[in-house]
Amino acid sequence: MSATLLAVQTLNGLQLGILLFLIAAGLTLVFGVMDFINLAHGVQYMLGAYLAVAFYGPTGSFWAALLMGMVAALVCGLALEFLIFRHLYDRDHLDQVLATFGVILFINEAVKIAWGSAPLSLPMPDMLSGSFVLMDGLLYPVYRIALIVAGLVVAAVLYVLVSHTRIGMLVRAGASNAPMVAALGINIRALFMVVFGFGAMLAGFAGILAAPLFSAEPGMGDNLLILAFVVIVIGGIGSIRGAFLAALIIGLVDTLGRSFATDIVKLVLPPAAANDVGPALASMLIYILMAGVLFFRPSGLFPVKAG
Amino acid sequence: MASTNTSPAPRRAILLPLALFAAFALVPLLAHLSDDRFLMLFVTRIMIFAIVALSLDFILGYGALVSFGHAAFVGIGAYAVGILAEGGQAEGLVAFPVAIAAAGIFALITGAISLKTRGVYFIMITLAFGQMAYFTATSLSAYGGDDGLTIWGRNSVLGADLLSDDRTFFYVVLAALGACYLMCRMIIASRFGRVLRAAKQSESRLAAIGINPFGYRLTAYAIAGMIAGLGGAFLANHTEFVSPAYMNWHRSGELIVMVMLGGMGTLHGAILGAAAYLLLEENLSQVSEHWRVVFGPFLIVVVLYARGGLTGFLNSLQAGRRKDD
Repeated sequence: MSATLLAVQTLNGLQLGILLFLIAAGLTLVFGVMDFINLAHGVQYMLGAYLAVAFYGPTGSFWAALLMGMVAALVCGLALEFLIFRHLYDRDHLDQVLATFGVILFINEAVKIAWGSAPLSLPMPDMLSGSFVLMDGLLYPVYRIALIVAGLVVAAVLYVLVSHTRIGMLVRAGASNAPMVAALGINIRALFMVVFGFGAMLAGFAGILAAPLFSAEPGMGDNLLILAFVVIVIGGIGSIRGAFLAALIIGLVDTLGRSFATDIVKLVLPPAAANDVGPALASMLIYILMAGVLFFRPSGLFPVKAG
Repeated sequence: MASTNTSPAPRRAILLPLALFAAFALVPLLAHLSDDRFLMLFVTRIMIFAIVALSLDFILGYGALVSFGHAAFVGIGAYAVGILAEGGQAEGLVAFPVAIAAAGIFALITGAISLKTRGVYFIMITLAFGQMAYFTATSLSAYGGDDGLTIWGRNSVLGADLLSDDRTFFYVVLAALGACYLMCRMIIASRFGRVLRAAKQSESRLAAIGINPFGYRLTAYAIAGMIAGLGGAFLANHTEFVSPAYMNWHRSGELIVMVMLGGMGTLHGAILGAAAYLLLEENLSQVSEHWRVVFGPFLIVVVLYARGGLTGFLNSLQAGRRKDD
């Protein structure tokens, strides 16, 4: 494992972490404020990618596709909230899991009908399609760097919004004690709609950013959704700071694990066995991490609720 | 959490399951008359999933333990049969106990860790263990890895090739379903079951009378794991194929759907739910490969408007009729 490979994989890990954070941010706030388990949050990510591909067709511009895709993702999110989710807030988690599972089935299949099952690609913008020389013998695509930067900027904006604005204060208060905020005369449902729409848009944004790298395909949000849940559970439900740190940890652990687990296992096991165990261990690492964190800190690393 | 347990009329609580089992028992006759091999195999599949759904309902409906990794137990049971067969051991009296024990041990270990957490965290940690089992299976390159493992023929019983006859297999599965159903009913009615149900209602009251529910929950979790493992062993015999896809988290989601569809907290509801789910899947998928476009909204409608699932619906029909009398 050379230093260059380590550097590249660390950057890739950061990039996955950023994508995860963009998805997990909305998920954790929705969860924290309304105590609502939204399994369908992953399809927002997928919708973002598909909508951007759709808008790229007529406009031919990545930036137009990005902008229109985000607006469309916001509209889709608000529509889902209005049609389905708002009827589920007072239900128990099981009902929410089931209904949002139904939403996943529907949207995944609807996307297949509308765009087919084959992956679709979104070309990256010309100005971001080159490579940087990061160090000797190490070329790294500009687009991936741009993605990391864009994600960090969004994270910073989100941080300012949540910790230094009035609406952010209400969101934080809602995450620690929603009934109390409602009792103080705040319309918690309206607050929630804002949070939900914003979260859906962030997930869509992540999907659009990911589309030029991984292409858009049905079900692409499902695995990231599970990862995002791992992130918010490790980070502590409702905590943006927790989600950010957990997303970076998960992104790095997952990416570095996949590149180096086999080599590390080879130190203790014969190569044939290591080739079997390594990849499995790499896939499991984050789940092992999550089980470990929950075992020692049953409400995550940065629990929001006081009591 | 709504409990459909409160419905009166204990007579109906016996009639519906009896009718269900009678209907199952008549299927081979029907299949024989109409010369329809598919019907019998399909209903066998329904009964196998009914066993698994039953085990999930046992902890979900009575213990409020939302296991989102239940498919792992099924997969472990199935892989036990597959791996033994690959090693030349096709004796069912070895394979089935191994499958049940393996799933039970996995449930005991993961349950002991998972039950430290509550609510959503429990859902997520069971999901994590389910995913670990799933990724373990994909890495078993000696046993097919991602592609799965074909099993050459069903298990024998004391060396005799009994189960390869579809009708015998059908009755064996039916008997197992009946036995599991009765066992769960008896456990729930027992003192042990009362503690389990009480823990669902109020843990602090239980603590006040000096009972720590942890051991009860763990035992229930292990029992559910063992029953699901049995279901997995049957599934491997039924399809003569085992694959990691049995353990994917989507599968665990489907199992929860079955329980909720049938009506949580009534054991026969789980059987009804498994039947309804597989029937819908089978029929809708024949109409169009895009059947999920219809099934997804159907699920949402069931959650929004048909609380208590099919059993709740049947009960309300009955209650409505009684009012008319």
